[in-house]
Amino acid sequence: METLSFRESWFSNLKNDVLAGLVVALALIPEAIAFSIIAGVDPMVGLYSSFMIPILIAFVGGRPGMISAATGAMALLFITLVKDHGIEYLFAATILTGLFQILFGTLKLARHMKFIPRSVMVGFVNALAIMIFTSQFPYLFGQTWPSYAMTIGALVIIYGLPLLIKSIPSTLVAIVGITAIAMILDVKVPMIGDMGMITRSLPRFSIPNLPLTFGTFMIIAPYSFALALVGLTESLLTAAIVDDMTDTGSNKNKESQGQGISNIVVGFFGGMAGCAMIGQSVINVQAGGRGRLSTFTAGAFLIVLIMGLRDYVVQIPMAALVAVMIMVSIGTFDWQSLKTLRITPKSDAFVMIVTVLTVLTTHNLALGVLAGVVLSAVFFASKISKVHVEKRIEQDGLMKLYQISGQLFFVSVTDLINLFDFNNDNHDNIKEVEINFSNANFWDDSAVAAIDKIVFKYRQYDIKVNLSGLNEQSARLIDRLATHTDLNSGPSLH
Amino acid sequence: MFNKILLAADGSEHSLRATEKAIFLTQNNPAATIEIVYVVNSETSKSDVLRELDTDAITLKRHQKLVPTQEKLKQAKVDFKVTFIHGEPGPSIVKYANDGKYDVIVIGSRGLNGLQEFVLGGVSHKVAKRANCPVLIVK
Repeated sequence: METLSFRESWFSNLKNDVLAGLVVALALIPEAIAFSIIAGVDPMVGLYSSFMIPILIAFVGGRPGMISAATGAMALLFITLVKDHGIEYLFAATILTGLFQILFGTLKLARHMKFIPRSVMVGFVNALAIMIFTSQFPYLFGQTWPSYAMTIGALVIIYGLPLLIKSIPSTLVAIVGITAIAMILDVKVPMIGDMGMITRSLPRFSIPNLPLTFGTFMIIAPYSFALALVGLTESLLTAAIVDDMTDTGSNKNKESQGQGISNIVVGFFGGMAGCAMIGQSVINVQAGGRGRLSTFTAGAFLIVLIMGLRDYVVQIPMAALVAVMIMVSIGTFDWQSLKTLRITPKSDAFVMIVTVLTVLTTHNLALGVLAGVVLSAVFFASKISKVHVEKRIEQDGLMKLYQISGQLFFVSVTDLINLFDFNNDNHDNIKEVEINFSNANFWDDSAVAAIDKIVFKYRQYDIKVNLSGLNEQSARLIDRLATHTDLNSGPSLH
Repeated sequence: MFNKILLAADGSEHSLRATEKAIFLTQNNPAATIEIVYVVNSETSKSDVLRELDTDAITLKRHQKLVPTQEKLKQAKVDFKVTFIHGEPGPSIVKYANDGKYDVIVIGSRGLNGLQEFVLGGVSHKVAKRANCPVLIVK
């Protein structure tokens, strides 16, 4: 796939890029506000992120046409940090997240994405969807009936309108429609204005106001590390989706660094860390957005809207916002994974479910990914550690041949040793044992140590052991590590 | 004579029947060629990328869906090629067909998902309405 040149990525698609950018800006506003509320901060924090990140990433990102802004995945990670330490720590953590991401980009970690198994990726996306959904419960349940009516009405618009008109984001129509009804009927329901300040001011430079000590660093570092990983995971996944949708290539390492640069700047200007968004990027591409200009327009137009429409934005009922978040979570969930759950290998399904459950219990997407990766590694090791043997008696019962096949490493060595019938071979008066490894591979010192053990054990019964069919790598390992070649070491002969 | 035939296929039963009719159109016309077009929409993109990060693996997986279709064409000894296009099925097929000046489009009456069809209206219906060339909808 070809990557667009710089000029092409900005100016080859002027009209469609601007129009798509406008659509995305409208779709970004409700989400930016909702994600701020999830993180427990003023709506302005998320709005500043969704204003600045797209503008910055338009210049420094590696995937033209992809939309990055404040996201649910990142907001969810901030919850406990903000609750325990306050908003200044959120800004500091955002800056450190950016530094980590630049480091990851420089180390070219993008290619190591392949170490995250697919089932973990699916679990990640599903957990994210469920978390976004459950984060809405406080505003969804225990409300008055007008609130319920508004949420249902908004959902009807969100899912019904696209059947008639596709050019305007239905979430926006739902928000505008429900807000208008609430204002006209003067219904008293919780509004965005009740959740925190929305101001007409532009973001200002400020250094996070907290002690510059090692203690501070130790508080924010784990959060920032998790944020950096989650942000890059979602960004690179989104980039791959946009690559596929547009049939063009992208620079993943540049994207990682670009995410880092934007987060650093955002942290100094009162915003929270963000990353690429699958849903918004899909909206952008479907609306015709392909170039960097679409991303830039989305951010720029968002702040113009907030400046102009602030007085209306504060009157948006929470009930309408809840409906948008329900749609976001339904759109994020990978429904395919439920359909295919029965036919996917059990271990894959198990890994996916464990990833989801870990996230739901720890509220930390990074821990979920870690648990999933470790579990997959264990499954993989146990799957690949199956060792088989074929036994044959030769030379009128004097020699026995063991034909070993499989991967020999620390997991499989116990099975390997148990395959040999030391006692029986002794009783059967076997004088010589040949172990053939032409279908086996030695991977580590545990494997060599196991062979040592086998040789010594036979030697106790005065049975000679020959190793044959070693491939080059295995022979080299044995040469270097084995002790059985030295006749004086090991248990004494009797 | 229809020389440039566009066959919209998604590997479904209906699209296999459409394939047979497309082959029928090529009979006694050695100049006829068939182009299979497979539309990848955003939902498919998302779920495919989630499962296979590698571009080649994704392409391979999509080709596999079209194996039965391709088998039929090979058996009939028809010249064909496969193209993947991205976007919403209806409008993408229309645009591709109109830009490429095809003589006829052959398409199955229904795709894989009956419910979506009921809610959103059929792809074949949209194609028939907006394409500039004759459209053969196969039941």
